[in-house]
Amino acid sequence: MSTIPVHEWTLREAADRIRSGGVSSRELTEAILGRIAAINPKINAWVTVIPEKAMAQAAVFDEMQARGESAGPLHGVPVGLKDIFCTKGIKTTCGSRILHNFVPPYDAAVTERVLCAGAVLLGKQNMDEFAMGSSTETSFFGNTLNPWDPSRIPGGSSGGTAAAVASAMCFAAMGTDTGGSIRQPASLCGVVGLKPTYGRVSRYGMIAFASSLDQGGPVTRTVADAALMLGIVAGHDRRDSTSLDLPVPDYDAALGRDVKGLRVGLPKEYFEGEGLDPQVRAAVDRALAALVAAGAEAVEVSLPHTEYALSTYYLIAPAEASSNLARYDGVRYGHRAEGTSGLIEMMSKTRAEGFGPEVKRRIMIGTYALSAGYYEAFYGKAQKVRTLIRRDFDAAFQKADVLLTPTAPTPAFRIGEKTDDPLTMYLSDIYTIPCNLAGIPGISVPCGMSSEGLPIGAQLLANHFREETLLTAAGAIERAIPLPRVAPFKG
Amino acid sequence: MDFEAVIGLEVHAQLSTESKIFCACSSKFGATPNANACPVCTGMPGVLPVLNRRVVEFAIRAAVATGCTVQRRSVFARKNYFYPDLPKAYQISQYELPIALGGHLDIEAGGVSKRVGITRIHMEEDAGKLIHGGSSAGSQGSLADLNRCSVPLIEIVSEPDMRTAEEASDYLRRLRDILVYLEVCDGNMEEGSFRCDANVSVRPRGQEKLGTRAELKNMNSFRNVEKAIEHEIRRQVELIEDGGTVVQETRLWDADRNETRSMRGKEEAHDYRYFPDPDLLPLVIADAWIDELRQTIPELPVPKSARFTERYGLTIYDASLLASVRALADFFEGAVAAFGKNPKTTANECIQWKDAILANAVSVETIGQVVEDRETGLISATAGKTLIEQSIATGKAVRVLREELGLTQMSDTGELEAVVAAVIAANPKEVEIYKGGKEGLLSFFVGQVMKETKGKANPKIVSEVCRKLLG
Ligand SMILES: [Zn+2]
Repeated sequence: MSTIPVHEWTLREAADRIRSGGVSSRELTEAILGRIAAINPKINAWVTVIPEKAMAQAAVFDEMQARGESAGPLHGVPVGLKDIFCTKGIKTTCGSRILHNFVPPYDAAVTERVLCAGAVLLGKQNMDEFAMGSSTETSFFGNTLNPWDPSRIPGGSSGGTAAAVASAMCFAAMGTDTGGSIRQPASLCGVVGLKPTYGRVSRYGMIAFASSLDQGGPVTRTVADAALMLGIVAGHDRRDSTSLDLPVPDYDAALGRDVKGLRVGLPKEYFEGEGLDPQVRAAVDRALAALVAAGAEAVEVSLPHTEYALSTYYLIAPAEASSNLARYDGVRYGHRAEGTSGLIEMMSKTRAEGFGPEVKRRIMIGTYALSAGYYEAFYGKAQKVRTLIRRDFDAAFQKADVLLTPTAPTPAFRIGEKTDDPLTMYLSDIYTIPCNLAGIPGISVPCGMSSEGLPIGAQLLANHFREETLLTAAGAIERAIPLPRVAPFKG
Repeated sequence: MDFEAVIGLEVHAQLSTESKIFCACSSKFGATPNANACPVCTGMPGVLPVLNRRVVEFAIRAAVATGCTVQRRSVFARKNYFYPDLPKAYQISQYELPIALGGHLDIEAGGVSKRVGITRIHMEEDAGKLIHGGSSAGSQGSLADLNRCSVPLIEIVSEPDMRTAEEASDYLRRLRDILVYLEVCDGNMEEGSFRCDANVSVRPRGQEKLGTRAELKNMNSFRNVEKAIEHEIRRQVELIEDGGTVVQETRLWDADRNETRSMRGKEEAHDYRYFPDPDLLPLVIADAWIDELRQTIPELPVPKSARFTERYGLTIYDASLLASVRALADFFEGAVAAFGKNPKTTANECIQWKDAILANAVSVETIGQVVEDRETGLISATAGKTLIEQSIATGKAVRVLREELGLTQMSDTGELEAVVAAVIAANPKEVEIYKGGKEGLLSFFVGQVMKETKGKANPKIVSEVCRKLLG
């Protein structure tokens, strides 16, 4: 047995130990459930924990193991899911009051794939309501705290996911990323977060925020674990028409690859703007130095339309959301307002009670952007700019194999610091949003700690379907800059 | 002042695919409420639409048959509005880029042929159905039946090329005949699988500028479409003549009261906020597929009717009546091919027994053999009718029945000559009068012979024999 506590094992270590019989799924699941019981009341990373189901599932895997059978690469390992992935028979809230009681009769594609790989599902993780937020403060179920400093936010919207992984309340988890919702909280919690290429992972059963931007991806404590999870969830699904029918490469093979000769592009616009914390800048410089030391070559690139990305995103995402969220009307499932008379009053009051202020703000922005007479000026123009942003990346990837940028402008900020100022909050995603608009993959990998002991992440971006390049480069940074994997949260 | 009406029609045809447009649920009519529903068509969180290939195929067939150009690239869009029969709160439809553009349909009304333009055809999903307050046992409020949600439709929009209610109804009938021919729609207006909205305006004859139009809805039969349009034209003309102005609005046809009623305020204020559905990729259709489907288009009613008049010498009326229903036309040609006798008589029989034929109650053999036996003089027209009726009732073959019922005519000239001779011998007075020039008396002798033979003689042959023996 290892000298480090079981909960600090990586996903691969945990899977290996179960496979080799060093530990049972029940022992491992029990240990992690114990950790959740001790830590979660202070962190609030989970909306739903399902200890009985998890233990029962672990028992099934142990029996299989005894018969010499394996369910898959995650056989018996406890994991978590952001509460945006539908789970059959398990409440799925999307962080919203309007779905506070919703129990889906179906699994999301991601849920299916993770379970089919043999994982034990521990529960559902907290998030900004409908994934709209950068701090997990918009959740109906209360905000999640950053395990590195509980006075700070964990980032968002997959804040519960990043916090749970960082505080070892699971070995890996799946989050979603519409404008940075995997990468930004991963950066702020000191873990690895990977947003795959749009279309790489099925969106079936993943509650929609902005359909043309949403993408599910893994949050893990190591790059190798991210590769393992990605290999499990990636692949074509005919239930999602935007899912791409391309073979899934062997991501493990990318882990050991050399970065010698890799062209690392530095988009100058990402380093010019105000608001980039010097400590973050310094940490990203160290990540670059690590890559260069390993033989990579630094090149300057330009993404000239970067300054329009935020406003483009805040037209397209709310427009799609205003339509996607219109189905929550109290008619068929979810919250329904009491004591109303008539259809219009029932629907209006249900939605007034069911949605929080940030969701309402975005529904209103989106409805306006699609309105007759404004469509061309707003939504139409945003789509055109989106094309220009995509072309910026096409041009940059002529000169570089991978782009290196900060993930977030600052380390984790304080709880409540930006809740009154949506625009400042939106700026948290300034480096992550263009990637979603272009549909390319991105990863956040820890690259340093601030003087206050807060994690800092570096973002790597690659061309469509070049997740392998991301894993190779992120692995090199991870090896060169050793950092603690688990937040030293004592509770 | 002399007014002219301008009419354009929007037809919603439900496609007779097995499953719905974006999920695998059955699209059959008449199932238990909400039996044909799944997470996708009931708008559960996170689920996604997947386009049914058959729907596209049916739409392409309809487009090719109406002379439309199938678009290589078309886009599904969301039409956003709140209503409890619309689970996603948006209808997936096609808006700016529909699947087909620019076709036409040739109509004929009041003896005049005319070409009506078809602006576009687009695919979309249907909404569900609400059952209101207390109409169902134990329910206080309204109930939603989502079986119809996401059942595939095509909307066929005509140009405002029609000028009379008669033209509109002819267009509608012909369009329905074509869709039914293609087997893409069952054409049932009462069950709502073929629905029509009409845009009607009037203008002083000779004026080019269109008048303000009203949109008519809720007309669930051809007759109602015609009546509603006639009524609306009259209403608008009277309104203008009284110094009023027509307002743009939606009006509902009330078949019980025979009038259209404004539904102003309900639907007028909608801003549907159309935008391309990000869940569905643009639909790209290869030319090869269109060509392949073009080969499957059967001969359509108009060319078929022309062929029937030319090849079989049918009247235009009979030919178009037979050609309007594919099963009837196929039956007719089958009977002609198998029994080869007199296509005109065959056509008449097919038209007379249309309902039974379409109900599969009559076989090609039944009609064919009756026609054949009439041709050879074995049976009379009346006996033919009796035989078909009996065949439907008993399921027995007509030739078996012919013998059982003794309906075979005496057509043997030699046999009949003896009877005629006997009749002549028995009526010397009448013979004398006949020979004196009163040839009208021939029918007397024929009648006597028919009486003698208990009606089994072939009257045509009898009269020939009488004429011969009477010299
Ligand atoms: Zn369905």
